[in-house]
Amino acid sequence: MNVLGFNLFGELHGIRGGVHPDDRKSLAAGQPIEDLPLPGLLHIPLQQHIGAAANPVVQRRQQVRKGEVIAHAQGAVSAPIHAPTSGRIVGLGLYPANHPSGLNVRTITLQPDGEDRWHPDIRGVEDPFALEPAEVAKRVAAAGIVGMGGATFPSAVKLNLRNRYSLHTLVINGAECEPYLTCDDRLMREHTAQVLDGVRIMAHALGVSRIIIGIEGNKPEALAAMREAAAEHAEVSVVKLPTRYPMGSEKHLVQTLTGKETPARGLTADIGVVVHNPATAFAVHEALRLGRPLISRVVTVTGQAVAQPKNLRVPIGTRVQALVDHCGGFSEEPAKLISGGPMMGQPLAELRVPIMKGSNGVLALTPAETGQRAPAPCIRCASCVGACPCGLVPLTMAAHVRTGDLDGAVDQGLMDCIGCGSCAYVCPAHIPLVQFFNHAKGELAARGRAKQKQTETKRLAEARTARIEAQKQAKRAAMAKRKAEQAAQKAKEQAKEQAKEQAKEQAAAKADHVEAAEAN
Amino acid sequence: MIAAILSLSVLGLGLGALLGIAARYLAVEESPIVGQVEELLPGSQCGQCGYPGCGPAAAAVAAGEAPVTLCPPGGRALAEELAALLGVTADFSGMAAQAPQVAHIHERLCVGCTKCFKRCPTDAIIGANDQIHAVFEDACTGCGKCVDACPTECIELRAPTQTLSNWVWPVPEAA
Repeated sequence: MNVLGFNLFGELHGIRGGVHPDDRKSLAAGQPIEDLPLPGLLHIPLQQHIGAAANPVVQRRQQVRKGEVIAHAQGAVSAPIHAPTSGRIVGLGLYPANHPSGLNVRTITLQPDGEDRWHPDIRGVEDPFALEPAEVAKRVAAAGIVGMGGATFPSAVKLNLRNRYSLHTLVINGAECEPYLTCDDRLMREHTAQVLDGVRIMAHALGVSRIIIGIEGNKPEALAAMREAAAEHAEVSVVKLPTRYPMGSEKHLVQTLTGKETPARGLTADIGVVVHNPATAFAVHEALRLGRPLISRVVTVTGQAVAQPKNLRVPIGTRVQALVDHCGGFSEEPAKLISGGPMMGQPLAELRVPIMKGSNGVLALTPAETGQRAPAPCIRCASCVGACPCGLVPLTMAAHVRTGDLDGAVDQGLMDCIGCGSCAYVCPAHIPLVQFFNHAKGELAARGRAKQKQTETKRLAEARTARIEAQKQAKRAAMAKRKAEQAAQKAKEQAKEQAKEQAKEQAAAKADHVEAAEAN
Repeated sequence: MIAAILSLSVLGLGLGALLGIAARYLAVEESPIVGQVEELLPGSQCGQCGYPGCGPAAAAVAAGEAPVTLCPPGGRALAEELAALLGVTADFSGMAAQAPQVAHIHERLCVGCTKCFKRCPTDAIIGANDQIHAVFEDACTGCGKCVDACPTECIELRAPTQTLSNWVWPVPEAA
């Protein structure tokens, strides 16, 4: 069948490059989602999404209820943050971030009271499909929903893309191509109806008539469950994707499903497609039907160093330590701790950092699993060129970055690199290629910021000069005015004195006259 | 005799007039490069480059008398832009050492004299009489004028505070 130029039930379209890492999903794939017991403290960072950090609206010692807003969104691209449970705010301060830098960030600390009482205003809508699309997006924004595949881009902004692009398809990214992770798999298996409902609500908000759910072939149960549930909805098709990393990169996913390539540095919306994650769809379902904001998420805790790998539903703000403890701790000393998947995840600085909206996995890997070895010189085998899904030449790009020639790396297409790490994965010399690119992208962003700061400070300097000049002129004007006033005053006084003298003279003259008359 | 004087005078006057007209109509405008360079410079007139302000510094750079790396507040980003504008190659290796700096006020020593924020060319210091002053890092160019103005020596130039938005992955180690 051919709809809108897409070959829906036939062949998928090829993409270039990619790798086939051992998926190691069997560690946690068989574990049903389990609720993590409420921890003693929740550390909720204000920056859990791309965009401006949320602005806290609670005070210390304030009692909050589950689902209550504790920080408002700031600006167009931002997301509010809600209390994951009822309790007392015990701190508004700095706490280590779930970020490779391990820097301290602004964090709200909540002490749960154990009652888990919902805020009374939490109410869903009967029929989300009766709502205006803009109203759906508004509710999604108010629920603080962000892309839960890890990118954490505010979902409502993406739902509002219909205003600027002509959209025709919603793609649900159930690829979960990162090895180890199974949270989306479990969610699609266990909450099939809810995920599908969320997907259809998002399609309604986007005003698109087609929905394609793409799931990699290594998740047959999720595929079967979604197919069965989607059978009654003609607009939804569930497609089995080849198992290949990075199938879950949205541009590559869209290309596989539709055969259309997203323009370089463009959005998939440029070709009429919006991509969302199944966990985001689940959150949208909860937000619209039940009125519940995004306050918990499913996290896969896995790796061979974890005693009992599990999929846990975790309140946002729970320390990673609590997850590890619930999984029986470590069976051996992990060589590496990662937040996210093994390919694109970030190293965890410490175990006390909190789970955030975008944390899909916690990995504790043994030395055998990481297979880390010392880098050797490049042998120019071009394995990385074959593996790059973006058609770049990682070895030359990395050579440019090593010499500090970032512009040269940009000329080679650095900005088209999605940072998937396929190049570093296949490199027989173990060169940390993607790490070079991540460094270079950060440096370039820093340069951009420096330039922006310079224009801004220049504007400030000019404004100050203008202000001082204006002040000087105002002073001069005031001085001149005062002088003029003084002069006028003087003139008046002089005139008065003159008048007085004249009067005196006249009086004297009169007196003289009188005297003279009397004398006469 | 008179004929000679007359002819030479006419010649002189004629040529003079010609030169005058030429100067007026065939005038070479001032090099626009100076203006372009000044446009790029921070404009805070801090004087760290050794010139009295950004204008004279721009003239010196345009004339090739000063290196493009002269401006500490502008840093490497500015140096590269200037090099590109003037089509010169420069040695940026020294710039790495002068990482961007911002002023920091040690609150214990600040007496709230307001001298520093009156001197700040970008209004980056906030304060009032007898109130501890503070620096807006986003507006501070690290020019150091406040450091000289402070009577209690409580201002220090140091690297900007690291946040998630300005943190950058270090260069990986490779063979």
